[in-house]
Amino acid sequence: MELKAGMQLKSVVGTTEVVVIRAPDHPGTLTSGGEPMVGRDDDAAAGEVRSGSEGTVLLGKRYVDAAGSVEVLCTKPGDGALALDGEPLEVKSAKPLPSSD
Amino acid sequence: MYLGLILDMAHSGLGDRDAITVDGLTVDHTELAERSWAASARFLELGVPSVVYLGTNHIAYPVALFGAAGAGIPFIPLNYRLGPDQLAAQLDAHPGAFVICEGDPPAQAAPGRWAERQAFLDSLDPAGAEPPLPPDPDATCLLLYTSGTTAAPKAAVLRHRHLMSYLLGTVEFASADEDEVSLVSVPPYHVAGVANLLSNLYAGRRIIYIDRFDPEVWLGIVRDEKVTQAMVVPTMLAQIVDHLRGADDADTPSLRTLSYGGARMPEPVLHRALELFPTTGFVNAYGLTETSSTIALLGPDEHRAAFDSDDPVARARLGSVGRLVPGVEIEVRDDEGGVLGVGRPGLVFLRGEQISGEYAGVALVGEDGWFPTRDRGWVDEDGYVFIEGRADDTIIRGGENIAPAEIEDVLLSHEGIVDAVVVGLPDDRWGQRLVAVVVAGPGAGADEEELRQLVRGRLRSSKTPEVIEFWPELPRTDTGKLLRRTVVARLSEG
Repeated sequence: MELKAGMQLKSVVGTTEVVVIRAPDHPGTLTSGGEPMVGRDDDAAAGEVRSGSEGTVLLGKRYVDAAGSVEVLCTKPGDGALALDGEPLEVKSAKPLPSSD
Repeated sequence: MYLGLILDMAHSGLGDRDAITVDGLTVDHTELAERSWAASARFLELGVPSVVYLGTNHIAYPVALFGAAGAGIPFIPLNYRLGPDQLAAQLDAHPGAFVICEGDPPAQAAPGRWAERQAFLDSLDPAGAEPPLPPDPDATCLLLYTSGTTAAPKAAVLRHRHLMSYLLGTVEFASADEDEVSLVSVPPYHVAGVANLLSNLYAGRRIIYIDRFDPEVWLGIVRDEKVTQAMVVPTMLAQIVDHLRGADDADTPSLRTLSYGGARMPEPVLHRALELFPTTGFVNAYGLTETSSTIALLGPDEHRAAFDSDDPVARARLGSVGRLVPGVEIEVRDDEGGVLGVGRPGLVFLRGEQISGEYAGVALVGEDGWFPTRDRGWVDEDGYVFIEGRADDTIIRGGENIAPAEIEDVLLSHEGIVDAVVVGLPDDRWGQRLVAVVVAGPGAGADEEELRQLVRGRLRSSKTPEVIEFWPELPRTDTGKLLRRTVVARLSEG
């Protein structure tokens, strides 16, 4: 699937939903619990978390790959680790700015 | 990316945490989200093209903002203190809008298309409200009128993606501790008011709104409610500092951060504030309406390091607006468009996803993505940005470019002067001549020649005003921006 910034995706193995903040410059498959994620409003059969893809996705956290080519924001938490083409995404460590507002 | 996402996230992640307090009434995130969803349904049902908000801060303000966002129509907060003609012109520009107002509706409001704000809030049934379907992320989210200090106000267009880019680039979701409270005294029609609302909601920090700013009331709320964050415009900080005259300490131990922006901060006010709030972190936020608020920040450690330093270069940083926030780039160019290097002043251009640079129907951003801010400034070797003022305010005397701010700072450093402005008036010999208008403080005095000597001593004679007038006060906008064109007009009338 070609990922685009602003795209909202959901997991088929749990309740996780994400929004794509930065899309990779090549098509890729974003997975949750090892199963491809689908469009937020798409109908899709429920799946199971695959062995080796266990994990929890936390609300409001941002997830990136090591190369920084993809970034997604979790808008609904759930089970099943996130990965892009098999490479696990990690929580982006925040460098907090001072509160200006 | 659609702005309402943050409301959905707050609904599920922050739920019963308090979101906003106004006049002693508090709503939590659940109620705020559900009322906003109900507002979206209402606007969609009515089929209105936009929503106008006319009043001070109130719980109806975020509900109307998110309601409009969910309906995919622009939210337009207007300055309720504008004169009738100016307000009428802005209302006329948005026919058919649903008007939410404080008190009586304006004449432009159509029957069935307006509501008093509390009545509007009460009419929404949060039970069973569902999040609306996300609108096009390219849809216009906000139309915000610029303050119009140098020209007539223009409606800047901010789309969902601009605001979300700013928010995601600068704030971490639910990052605030449960005890954090932000005291907000900027008006709802100002970009800082919008940015403030969104940032605090997303961070999970409770907002307390104060409508009619008064330094004593402000200090009282900070102490009583154990406020941890506050945002003020420079004129408010000047009033706070003035109110604390003779005190050693503001006695506000809970206050972790005090941020300011919206206009230029006079140095003497900032110095005094740093003394009065010794344990508070100061943040200077610089941005424009057209840039979705803050694009550069001078943080707490940078303030203290500069304030405590004897090194003139380090100390000068106190007059900087700090460094760029993530995702924003800057270029300083000369009048011919050539890019200038470190330390050289010129016209400030900005680029980034939060930058809209677009007005109703007109995009100012070039094909290369750079937005001309029409501010003049420069960047030092460590990336600190210094803003001299609006390019339109630059005075050209005998071929020399003179930034009024530099002279105003010197005038303000005199203990008898509480406000100052320097403008250029047409002059046959020099092109423009420098005229200053100052406001003397109570009791203290200063005479014209003494002030001229002060400027001549610190700067040079070409930057010394030929005439210095004393006025009881200077014309400013509600958010403290000097109305220079009004000053020039009054001086020209003689």
